[in-house]
Amino acid sequence: MATLTTAATAERADVGVRRRRGFGERWLSPALLSPSIVAMFIFVYGFIAFTFWVSISNWKTNRRDLSISDPTFKTYDSLFNQTRFQIDLRNTLVFTVLFLIMAVFAGLALALLLDRHVMGSNLFRSIFLFPYAISFITTGVVWRWIFNPETGVNALFDQTGLNDALAKAGVGPLKPGWITDPSVVWQVNGALEKIFPWADVIKAHLGIPVAMIPVVIAATWQLSGFAMAMYLAGLGTIPGEIKEAALVDGASDWRAYKDIIIPLLKPITISTMIILGHVSLKIFDLIYAMSGKGPGFATDVPGIFVYDKLFGAQQYNLGSAASIVMLVLVSLVIVPYLWRQLKEL
Amino acid sequence: MAVDLSGIHAARPRQKRSFGNIVVFVLLVLAALFYVAPVYVMIINGLKDKSYMTLSDMWKLPRDLSGGGFGYAWDALRPYLLNSLQMAIPATIGSSLIGAVNGYLLSKWKFRGSDILFSLVLFGMFIPYQSILVPLIVTLQKFGLYGKWYGLTIVHIIYGIPITTLIFRNYFSNIPSELIEAARIDGAGLIKIFWQIMLPLGLPAFVVVGIFQFTNIWNDFLFGVTVVFSPSAQPVTVALNNLQGTQSVDWTVVMAGAAIAAAPTMIIYVLLGKFFIRGLLAGSMKG
Repeated sequence: MATLTTAATAERADVGVRRRRGFGERWLSPALLSPSIVAMFIFVYGFIAFTFWVSISNWKTNRRDLSISDPTFKTYDSLFNQTRFQIDLRNTLVFTVLFLIMAVFAGLALALLLDRHVMGSNLFRSIFLFPYAISFITTGVVWRWIFNPETGVNALFDQTGLNDALAKAGVGPLKPGWITDPSVVWQVNGALEKIFPWADVIKAHLGIPVAMIPVVIAATWQLSGFAMAMYLAGLGTIPGEIKEAALVDGASDWRAYKDIIIPLLKPITISTMIILGHVSLKIFDLIYAMSGKGPGFATDVPGIFVYDKLFGAQQYNLGSAASIVMLVLVSLVIVPYLWRQLKEL
Repeated sequence: MAVDLSGIHAARPRQKRSFGNIVVFVLLVLAALFYVAPVYVMIINGLKDKSYMTLSDMWKLPRDLSGGGFGYAWDALRPYLLNSLQMAIPATIGSSLIGAVNGYLLSKWKFRGSDILFSLVLFGMFIPYQSILVPLIVTLQKFGLYGKWYGLTIVHIIYGIPITTLIFRNYFSNIPSELIEAARIDGAGLIKIFWQIMLPLGLPAFVVVGIFQFTNIWNDFLFGVTVVFSPSAQPVTVALNNLQGTQSVDWTVVMAGAAIAAAPTMIIYVLLGKFFIRGLLAGSMKG
């Protein structure tokens, strides 16, 4: 983005300052920075190392036992063999994919609509973004009621006359179980085992847990405004002439967006997906307040698993191992991103 | 700012009223209905009296303005609102000040390896906090901070360092170095330049960081529920979740409670939304 280059130019000018710096001041900058650096090394890197140690230790009751287990990765072995944790990984994958598709698509659509600058655009922009300022707990509490099968969306189906119309058409009333639905649709275990015989170690039903869909909707409600804000900032950097030329050039609006404007926004799409993707890999509060583990762990995720094992069951090694798995998943997304940013500094 | 917001606020020549624009407007209204619906549900149902409004009446307006569940929810949550305020305000100020110093040093007083250190600090804002909870609690216990509101404050200050450092670093990078050069010729040192030039110039960044951090800290749940075990010291997010889990409490009270817990950050958003957007875009590094 253009603003980054100006920052880089400004920094290049710093070289002049650096050269004339006195001996005392040369040490002052790292010295003043060191408390934060030390804090980060302890509270981030040191603590992660300690958690990893706990994850390979025998500490599985409230009595602290930091001796290393034998074999060393015994806890990880039993973690990945647990049906519940397998379900959690499946849920994380399903949630992340569905949520990213919906949030990015909604964010892009809203930004493109707002970019037409029709009446009330500023008000609309504020409305779309405000859920981002609310806590996941509040969101979860409210959406839990909206997707309660006895009321909420189902009450709307009844009261708008939709169910009456369906009854006349000879179809039963629309009354989904939403977050109480334990079913897992589109299971692929059988197909997978045909291709990879070893896939029979997977005890979880690999498919889409229906109860996850309301959670994806709630998360999209809360976070799509972020994607929208990113796209609006990106659209702001595309010169108006390019947009106008694209729209005027004879071709339809749709082609102008598809062939010119959306490709120009690709860096924004990537950044947005990385930021929102890492949020969804860590998701905890929203699901904890909205549906908890769900029926048959249908909405359980590693974040809830870790919380349960650490603070409920006090199986510290198991909970720590699951948290390290979360960290690895997040790092796979974030480290390449940080690496790319570092090279641009 | 590292973020170019000119596009968001720039006034464009008003387009002619066309069929296309009417379609756009209608689509925006429909989208807005979806975004407003949960807030409508929250407030309307909070205002209801359960004695004559049943669950299936969720979308209907209350019959009178008795206040519904708000009175009970306010009494139940008030002490926790104070806990959250007491914890979040010093945490916001503390992490902002540390971030300002770090951002200044990392943008204007770079040294060999400072960019790598910056990246290592940044990583801290992306980690799932579940992966540091056990050692964190062990450490807090050792220093007598476990279960105390000020223990939670310290936790939020420390884990707020990466994001505040990032926003201030981006902000100060855009302040011309000639300014510092001139101050140095006048004999000002690193510290004096910070106090006399960067702090006053950094005021907008303080507003952005302050709002963004306050919102983040207010909305936190994981640290609140794990670090503060004693019920009387818990933040409002934890209290709201507990309220929801209480069998004897009506859903109208839970809805009112959700609205009360969300009110402070929603008010900030309504009054200072522009700064909030800057904070969240800056948090995405490039914006």
